[in-house]
Amino acid sequence: MSAIATRYEVVVGLEVHAQILTQSKMFCGCSTDYLTAPPNANTCPVCLGLPGSLPVINRRAVEATIRTALALNCEIPEFSKFDRKNYFYPDLPKGYQISQYDLPLSRNGHLEFDLNGEARRCGITRVHLEEDTGKLLHEGAIHEAQASLVNFNRAGVPLMEIVSEPDLRSADEAREYVMRLRAILQYIGVNHGDMESGQLRCDANVSLRPAGSAGLGTKVEVKNMNSFRAIHRAIEYEVERQTQVLESGGRLAQETRGWNDARGLTVSQRSKEYAEDYRYFPEPDLPPLDVSREWVAQIRAGLPELPAARRERFMTAFSLSPYDAALLTSSKTMAEFFEETVRLGAPAKTAANWILGDFSRLLNIDRKEIDDASIKPRHLQQLISLVDSGAITGKMAKQTFEAMYRAPDPGPALEAARGSTQISGDAELDRIVDQVIAENVKSVADFRAGKEQALKFLIGQGMKISRGRANPQRLDALLREKIQ
Amino acid sequence: MKLYQRTIRDLHQMLVDREISSVELTDAVLSQIDAVGDTTKAYLLVTRELALRQAQAADERLRANRDVRPLTGIPIALKDVLCVRDVVSTAGSKILRGFTPPYSATVVERLEGEGAVFLGKTNCDEFAMGSSNENSGYWPVRNPWSLDRVPGGSSGGSAAAVASGEAIAALGSDTGGSIRQPAALTGIVGLKPTYGRVSRYGLIAFASSLDQIGPMTRDVVDGALLLQAIAGHDPSDSTSSLRPVPDYLATLTDGVKGMRLGVPKEYFVAGMEPAVEQSIRDAIRLLEQQGASIEEVSLPHSDVALPAYYIIAPAEASSNLARYDGTRYGFQAGGGRNLIEEYMLTRQQGFGAEVKRRIMLGTYALSSGYYDAYYLQAQKVRTLIIEDFKQAFKKVDALLGATSPTAAFELGAKTQDPVAMYLNDIITIPANLGNVCGISVPCGLVDGLPIGLQVIAPGFGEAAALRVAYAFEAATQFHKARSPLMGAAA
Repeated sequence: MSAIATRYEVVVGLEVHAQILTQSKMFCGCSTDYLTAPPNANTCPVCLGLPGSLPVINRRAVEATIRTALALNCEIPEFSKFDRKNYFYPDLPKGYQISQYDLPLSRNGHLEFDLNGEARRCGITRVHLEEDTGKLLHEGAIHEAQASLVNFNRAGVPLMEIVSEPDLRSADEAREYVMRLRAILQYIGVNHGDMESGQLRCDANVSLRPAGSAGLGTKVEVKNMNSFRAIHRAIEYEVERQTQVLESGGRLAQETRGWNDARGLTVSQRSKEYAEDYRYFPEPDLPPLDVSREWVAQIRAGLPELPAARRERFMTAFSLSPYDAALLTSSKTMAEFFEETVRLGAPAKTAANWILGDFSRLLNIDRKEIDDASIKPRHLQQLISLVDSGAITGKMAKQTFEAMYRAPDPGPALEAARGSTQISGDAELDRIVDQVIAENVKSVADFRAGKEQALKFLIGQGMKISRGRANPQRLDALLREKIQ
Repeated sequence: MKLYQRTIRDLHQMLVDREISSVELTDAVLSQIDAVGDTTKAYLLVTRELALRQAQAADERLRANRDVRPLTGIPIALKDVLCVRDVVSTAGSKILRGFTPPYSATVVERLEGEGAVFLGKTNCDEFAMGSSNENSGYWPVRNPWSLDRVPGGSSGGSAAAVASGEAIAALGSDTGGSIRQPAALTGIVGLKPTYGRVSRYGLIAFASSLDQIGPMTRDVVDGALLLQAIAGHDPSDSTSSLRPVPDYLATLTDGVKGMRLGVPKEYFVAGMEPAVEQSIRDAIRLLEQQGASIEEVSLPHSDVALPAYYIIAPAEASSNLARYDGTRYGFQAGGGRNLIEEYMLTRQQGFGAEVKRRIMLGTYALSSGYYDAYYLQAQKVRTLIIEDFKQAFKKVDALLGATSPTAAFELGAKTQDPVAMYLNDIITIPANLGNVCGISVPCGLVDGLPIGLQVIAPGFGEAAALRVAYAFEAATQFHKARSPLMGAAA
């Protein structure tokens, strides 16, 4: 970091919008499928804002918001209400968005995370519930377009707004916060965390202040970041830009800037003087929400193990490093893949290395999630056991893994690796079985006495002697034959 | 007596007795519309074919004696703020010209279920904003009692239709008096139910926290019958109440003996016509003679109800009417060079002066920096008014007063002075702000023009309001007076 940059402290607060994975929309019974349905197929008088239509609250969306708020350690007041946020835009059919203003469903929470081994904590100002807007499609660039089309399939999809305190001090922290937040949303099943499709969106409020000062500098809102990388780059860019303005004796304008990912810079969109007055007032079409303590307790009881707790458990139960544990638990599906692989018998550290190493590398290239891959925990466990038994080398294993990954069914690639070294000749197997029987007199006696478990042990010994190259089914048959 | 002069109850009996068919009855009312419709201008749209089709279906139902309801086969008019599937519904506004909703209001569905016959959409002040029907985006309505006078508003078309024999009954909507005041000015019965008693789904909104749909009828019994059909919870309207709906007819004729009736001193406002005041005092005396105990009560915040209303209602309206931007349905000006210009042209040309005035008032009241001084303050006043009623209803069962301080005024008399126009609703507005119910029942003629007695009862006390109104009606002949256009009851 340059000497100049250290004279300023970076202050970042994030506003994350997350769609809630309900079947139906926030205020009507329409399907929330706006990605695959034909334009305007999932609409009705309510989500189109036709005259006389009235909203009805989707209780599941309220529940999902409370679940999220509890996972973020928020307080849940007993009384909450919806408000109207008024503005004109063609993607907003009623001319107002039903949102929450002064009495949100939750407030005063926090999210803890780790950055380079250091514990961090970011305050959560509030989590509130609102409805998404429709989507505009312009013919050509927005300012030159001769026509614009609007698709209201997304209008009325439940949307949570998760507002952080300005507690983040770097682009790294901001990115880590969003990654952690995304993991939590996935864990509790309220959002898949897909940023590119807009299911999860992030705006950043970025300002600088002299190091050591407690006040807040002029804040710039940065929008349009739709990947973790974009969040990181945009904040880095904005910090650099603001530093240069301040260093050259200039003043920063309070404004909204859009991140242009292709050009790698932020562009001014509108200044504070033109800020809209949203004329919030209580939504008269909806009664206030009474959030009973029993309901909150019920939702709390239904919360699954959250990433932070799982990370702690991975560190103690599997002796993983804080770093590996954090990475593995950053995605619910990855953590589950890991646990299942270990449960099937793979050593934890080896499984973690595979998942965080080759597997993640291949997934990243293909922009896929772990549960999209054809490789399942049992495949990985078998591959690991081949290596551990010495049947194949590490180098072979890497090649095998990639072949398994590429194939729609990883089975044949795995069998090929096993088969390439497998002992099939009965003479050699005979020798191995004889050796096992000679070296394990007690187990042989146990098996004769009827202990099936003893045979498993003997097969294991045979595999060990053969360095994994023996066919376990054949060993089983030969052992039974010779012992009885 | 001509068929179109009769009440729902009479006609129901005749239909059940096969004295008449619904098609005959509907024809009779449609003929009256043909005869006087161009004079009153009560309708924006007459749904002749729909009416005859429904009448035929009602006749089949009557013939088969299958689920015959009090409204089966009865021709009813619907205020144009109510959405009817596949029927143009404009709320009296040019901005919704040609708008044909693909859905019906819940009350419309309930009446369909009863087997009622829909005559058409009645004229009203644009988006129900007005007290004279002169703010209609199409044309003013004339009072069947005196054609150079207004029928009141905003449900002026519904009132004029019932008063002229162009409908047996009608539905109106009441945000600050829009059912009761035109009922009073045209000599019929109009009931504003408690907020939440009747579903608002499909009612084109003016002010969402105040709007209620209610019956406009020839007499109190008909009012009870029509309310019975439309009241009750609706899952599509979260603000509709879960309270069970009582049987309004069961207690209707119980009389006022032993009832405590209050007379709010604040309801005898400055500017009230002496003849109106005299009629109200006479009405109160009559109810006392019927056995009610009368006492003067105070609703101390009545004087600030009007200003509070003219903050809250326009604030909600400014938001409710934001959707009319010309991009999806209704009127679109065209010719704008960009989005904002197109919005402005559409709204400039689509809305009338009063609607624009209220959108501006409401937008201002909600603006940052003014919200606390206006909207929030008005909500506090509303709380005080609710409290006023609660206190009063600890002492009395219902309240009595005039519905309107004057009889019908001449067209054009108040169009240049919005505040004078707003003052018409000074005694009706508190019931909307106070979450109570009110009914207007004819109580006399002043210079040949009808006036109304208003009975206000506590929230969900419609049965009590109807009972007092019925006792008064039963002891008087005022409701039997017929407008010249309806014709003498021969």
